[in-house]
Amino acid sequence: MASLDARDGDGRRASLLYDPTARSYVYQALTVLIVVWLIWQAWSNAAENLARANMTAGFGFLSGRAGFDLGQSLIAYSSDSTFARALVVGFLNTLLIGVLGIITATIVGLLIGIGRLSNNWLIARLCTVYVEVFRNIPPLLVIFFWYKGVLSILPDFRAIRAGVEKAKAADPTVGDPLFIISNRGISFPSPIFQPGFTAVWIALAAAVLGAVVFTLWANRQQAATGKRPPALLVSLGLIILLPLVVFLAAGRPLAFDYPVLGRFNLSGGGLISPEFLSLYLALSLYTASFIAEIVRAGIRGVPKGQFEACGALGVHPSRAMRLVILPQAMRIIIPPLTSQYLNLIKNSSLAVAAGYPDLVQVGNTILNQSGRSIEVIAIWMIVYVTISLVTSVFMNWFNAKMALRER
Amino acid sequence: MANRILAALIGAAVVGISAQASAGTLEDVKAKGFLQCGVNANLSGFGSQDSSGNFAGLDVDLCKAVAAAVFGDATKVKFTPLSAKDRFPALQSGEIDMLARNTTWTASRDSQLGFDFRAINYYDGQGFMVRKELNVKSALELSGAAVCVQTGTTTELNLADYFKSHNLQYNPVVFEKQEEVDAAYNAGRCDVYTTDQSGLYSIRLSLSNPDDHVILPEIISKEPLGPAVRQGDSKWFDIVSFTHYAMVTAEEFGITQANVEEMKKSANPDIKRFLGEEEGSTIGQDFGLSKDWAVNIIKAVGNYGEAFERNVGQGSPLKIKRGLNALWNQGGLQYAPPIR
Repeated sequence: MASLDARDGDGRRASLLYDPTARSYVYQALTVLIVVWLIWQAWSNAAENLARANMTAGFGFLSGRAGFDLGQSLIAYSSDSTFARALVVGFLNTLLIGVLGIITATIVGLLIGIGRLSNNWLIARLCTVYVEVFRNIPPLLVIFFWYKGVLSILPDFRAIRAGVEKAKAADPTVGDPLFIISNRGISFPSPIFQPGFTAVWIALAAAVLGAVVFTLWANRQQAATGKRPPALLVSLGLIILLPLVVFLAAGRPLAFDYPVLGRFNLSGGGLISPEFLSLYLALSLYTASFIAEIVRAGIRGVPKGQFEACGALGVHPSRAMRLVILPQAMRIIIPPLTSQYLNLIKNSSLAVAAGYPDLVQVGNTILNQSGRSIEVIAIWMIVYVTISLVTSVFMNWFNAKMALRER
Repeated sequence: MANRILAALIGAAVVGISAQASAGTLEDVKAKGFLQCGVNANLSGFGSQDSSGNFAGLDVDLCKAVAAAVFGDATKVKFTPLSAKDRFPALQSGEIDMLARNTTWTASRDSQLGFDFRAINYYDGQGFMVRKELNVKSALELSGAAVCVQTGTTTELNLADYFKSHNLQYNPVVFEKQEEVDAAYNAGRCDVYTTDQSGLYSIRLSLSNPDDHVILPEIISKEPLGPAVRQGDSKWFDIVSFTHYAMVTAEEFGITQANVEEMKKSANPDIKRFLGEEEGSTIGQDFGLSKDWAVNIIKAVGNYGEAFERNVGQGSPLKIKRGLNALWNQGGLQYAPPIR
């Protein structure tokens, strides 16, 4: 193409200066050079300023001893661990909040979004109030609201302890309660899997596989004969019964670690801290209000004729919604949904307001104990960009799968 | 040229370090006409803000004293309220000229962070506060407790070390702002509040029922609190350090806010030299200050003892005893090099 464009009327080669392809290459190369030069300048300037402030730079500090403890950790961590491990703990806590928050926000958002379109006046109004309230408050305030709210509503731990002590004094057979909801969090017996439990896991995997195979067979059967075997019932039965039978046969290889009321605090068992709970509720419910609006817009975007056609065929409205309307609405819903997911993950960096040890809070502590502002901020940015890009890529793949395939 | 400036600006923005004039901090402070001092805004006795926005406290008085030494006018100071987390970047970036925010002098802060510490205006140590009803007599009984602590402090590290070395379990509840820690402790989220002992006395007053809380006898760390400046400007470092030493020296000589004018006429050559009354002495000028720099400091905030009693001692609600902070010749650690 370029050679054709670059010839003048007589077919002679014109100057490269007027060749659009050559020119575009030159401009692109120049742009790249300028960007590289700017980055290099910024880098060398930073290094120079650091040297002038008698500070050192580099990521070597990450292998140093952290020296501080963290309130919640999914992996083994103590004050003897390294800064790098502390950051991993924070990163996992961020992922935990992100994944659980996204799942909850999607479910709540879907229900509220459909609810807003309900013919039931009360349900529709309640959903509208929910959306308008949560959507119009800054997320930081929502987190504060839940944290202070959760802390002040939950009963005081010391009062509960006093109550249990009293009951114990009256009747020595009384033990510590299994579940305790207090301002120290929600504690519950945590399972301990003994060696024999592996068989139960294998049975569960086999049951799930069996259920999938049966459902696929049921689908084909339905397509062939028009009659659908009871796939749901069989699958559920398989998934529940098979592991249960193996569990009993293996001699019940499961024990529980029960929470124990200590002099100050609870020990043993599992604990959901109020910090996690409030952040999780705040982010899920806040994002759900946006997702509700996206869902509503998606459903509204499906032509009215689709509802009417279902009605004419005598399809029950709830079936029509599930089988006809929602699948079409999904195509409109998914792209904006992605940005809400990204928002939720990014908003989780407000965790510091509720004292939840996420990546930013742990990073803040490290930044302070080691004085490495630039390095820690760089790590934050890289990690958040990576999480967001991965989420984005996944959602794009999902969108491509759901998109209308033209045949 | 324009590109150069642009690149410099971007570079500076990336690091948050403004390209500073090559002149020293003293010249910069004099040129802008006021001292920018980083302080605490929520620790009564050390640095706190009243309802009309005025700052007060022992650290705040040190800032005022430096302003008095430089300008002869203690009002030529502006305060930047800082959280524990923000204080170091604020000093590193040149946003403030000095940091007086109950900051512990440690080796790594001195070396790695690029600061200079010398004067110690309060000798402190970390302690624990618990509710009286828990009936705790010693920190060694605290195993299993939930502990409220502020992030980015030496407190957080001492806490981990202390509990580890005594084989005690605990559950840290960490916040970035002191107000958040206060609120969480007040709400019963944790059993123990730990920070510098002076801070505990101050915080106890702000709780809804101060008498329900006790401060345990253990002191688990050394916390020498003092002003910090950026490394590499020894002239400015000397001024800040010797402002504190001047306050201590004044107490030694018995010079107070009230009697400083009279003391100028003292027959004691040490006092005359200190107050800039000795013929031919150029101590003030050698610091880059005026001849009567010490007089200005004492007029502004009084001697160290006066500042102590007014802010944290018997003249304040905190009623902290002098203890380690008494003069060296009265059983304490406050000791100033001779000013001659």
